[in-house]
Amino acid sequence: PCAGPVESKTEAAMSELVPEPRQKPAVPMKPMGINANLLGYIGIDTIIEQMRKKTMKTGFDFNIMVVGQSGLGKSTLVNTLFKSQVSRKSSGWNREEKIPKTVEIKAIGHVIEEGGVKMKLTVIDTPGFGDQINNENCWEPIEKYINEQYEKFLKEEVNIARKKRIPDTRVHCCLYFISPTGHSLRPLDLEFMKHLSKVVNIIPVIAKADTMTLEEKIEFKQRVRKELEVNGIEFYPQKEFDEDLEDKTENDKIRQESMPFAVVGSDKEYQVNGKRVLGRKTPWGIIEVENLTHCEFALLRDFVIRTHLQDLKEVTHNIHYETYRAKRLNDNGGLPPMTTETEENHESNL
Amino acid sequence: QNDGLRSLPLSGHVGFDSLPDQLVNKSIKQGFCFNILCIGETGTGKSTLIDSLFNTSFDDPVSTHFQPNVRLRAQTYELQESNVRLKLTIVNTVGFGDQINKEDSYQPIVDYIDAQFEAYLQEELKVKRSLFSYHDTRIHACLYFISPTGHSLKTLDLLTMKSLDSKVNIIPIISKADSISKTELQKFKNKLMSELVSNDVQIYQFPTDDETVSQVNTVMNGHLPFAVVGSTEEVKIGNKMVKARQYPWGIVQVENENHCDFVKLREMLICTNMEDLREQTHARHYERYRRCRLEEMGFRDISPENKPVSLQEAYEAKRHEFYLELQRKEEEMRQHFVQRVKEKETVLKEAEQEIQSKFDRLMLMRQEEKLKLEKKKKALEDDMAMFNKKKANAELLQAQAFVSTPVVSLKRDKDRK
Repeated sequence: PCAGPVESKTEAAMSELVPEPRQKPAVPMKPMGINANLLGYIGIDTIIEQMRKKTMKTGFDFNIMVVGQSGLGKSTLVNTLFKSQVSRKSSGWNREEKIPKTVEIKAIGHVIEEGGVKMKLTVIDTPGFGDQINNENCWEPIEKYINEQYEKFLKEEVNIARKKRIPDTRVHCCLYFISPTGHSLRPLDLEFMKHLSKVVNIIPVIAKADTMTLEEKIEFKQRVRKELEVNGIEFYPQKEFDEDLEDKTENDKIRQESMPFAVVGSDKEYQVNGKRVLGRKTPWGIIEVENLTHCEFALLRDFVIRTHLQDLKEVTHNIHYETYRAKRLNDNGGLPPMTTETEENHESNL
Repeated sequence: QNDGLRSLPLSGHVGFDSLPDQLVNKSIKQGFCFNILCIGETGTGKSTLIDSLFNTSFDDPVSTHFQPNVRLRAQTYELQESNVRLKLTIVNTVGFGDQINKEDSYQPIVDYIDAQFEAYLQEELKVKRSLFSYHDTRIHACLYFISPTGHSLKTLDLLTMKSLDSKVNIIPIISKADSISKTELQKFKNKLMSELVSNDVQIYQFPTDDETVSQVNTVMNGHLPFAVVGSTEEVKIGNKMVKARQYPWGIVQVENENHCDFVKLREMLICTNMEDLREQTHARHYERYRRCRLEEMGFRDISPENKPVSLQEAYEAKRHEFYLELQRKEEEMRQHFVQRVKEKETVLKEAEQEIQSKFDRLMLMRQEEKLKLEKKKKALEDDMAMFNKKKANAELLQAQAFVSTPVVSLKRDKDRK
């Protein structure tokens, strides 16, 4: 068995190639079918190990944003997700602090390590969202922040002498906290998700799910899913980015059954059946956070961290960022001009 | 090292240690790309070596020595080992070193390498681009085949390697190494390396910064350039069939490390450093090309007034430039058009004038003719009038004579008339 070129007529055309500078390069011929009958082992599959080693050396960045009205347990949930005090609540935030008058964006970074893998985790909190009397356009500062991160990346990417590894501050994942009213989504929820699902990966979660019974939970989730669909809101994982059938089946199940995840967060441990578990203690029992019969925290954690973390980053980079970049390079001034110095330079060019 | 960030302990298993696996799985789905360029004179065993390296028979027709110039021939193959799919592209130089005048031998190679960088750069600069599904054709490794003369580097080799060392990872190998004895080989290797060093040719060094591979890589670096023998024929040694070349005086086994460095080459090229070769190509050689090219195109990071210029502004400036150029060209074309119209107008006007004067002339001629005719008509009428007068007179006379004379005299008059 041999692996060889497909057609000799294309080869004849190909061999007439005299390369000139800037000419379209010789397109390699159509590859032969997969040759599974290699005589003996070569070692091509070692590239997996080589790649794994390389990525472990460089480490990973992950930026997660939490959005929702205050009191929905955002900080607690993020801390529970990463089993560490990564959220600003525990970095000295006083519960009696006044709610800010406008939406603020606060990003805090930490380095965490597990199994030899180092991760630079940045949690971006949005205090003040949805807390005002008039919440019109309160998503705008958030959208602005997200676009600013794309802009930062773009600026570095287009430099002539650019860094080997461009620092990535782009928001890879935005957890949107839905109030567990049991009724339906609020207008604010819909407005936010409508605007932001086009620029960032949104994962809606139902917060403080311990206030709903199992039946109420199922009904609420169904209603929320319906409402999101009716309003054309594409949350992550977006249907159009399913890469193949395998992805599609896996993601369909998540989209149509599991999401939005109804979660409970806690950073306190209790003794249950001889084991120490994370939970919330109430007069009527201990809610075990990582118990799938109690809430869907474990599903959220597995989804975001154990299976789709890399995909969240890739969708952000390959799709949201590219969309931003294309828009930016096309519009002459889609975004406000950079500084007045720019205008002066333009003046002199003219 | 942590960018000034606090390091936090974890109170339990989170699960992001699966990240490398997630990344690797995605890469496996996409498949890998590896492109090797083989430079060497015709007959140095390039095809055989590639066949031996990848344990398969790539169908590559034998070329003649009479090529008028150097051409590059690229062929892509899809190989698979366990769940890894590799798109392997082998680029061969055809006719290298065969010409009598070798001055331009290396230029087509440089141009080809640049063309691959250019294609990638063009894709990167596009507004709507798809880099993650781009078929990377940039050369990751350049195997330079040195003829086993036993003496030193040929001038052509030096020149070629020097022109390529900033564009591609060069791995020099001594081909057909079974024609040199062991002692001569070591001397040859030393000579080659010292020549490369003294001419400041940057060949690819296997990376030594990662503890897991630094030791083996350092050892390998000391064996450069690898002396290899390739063969696709198998010979029975003991009870195994091995790749070898059979001579009357013995059998050279390709995969025997005492016989040649083939195994070392395969180890280094594929098993240990394939990823690093790809990375160096992208992070160093491509970046260097990109930098030069962008500067060539007129982009700067710092404007003449020493203020940082963003590419957006540069794009703006360029776009404005192009727009002005476009306007200028438009104006030029317009002028040209106006000119042509004017010329045509003049031509037509002249023609018109000509026709007009012709018409005038004809009119004049007609007038003259008319006058002439009138004159003639008048003359004729005068004649006719005179004739009529004479006729009338004659008739009168006749009438008078008729009254006084008989018919006979009329006859006589008539005759007389």
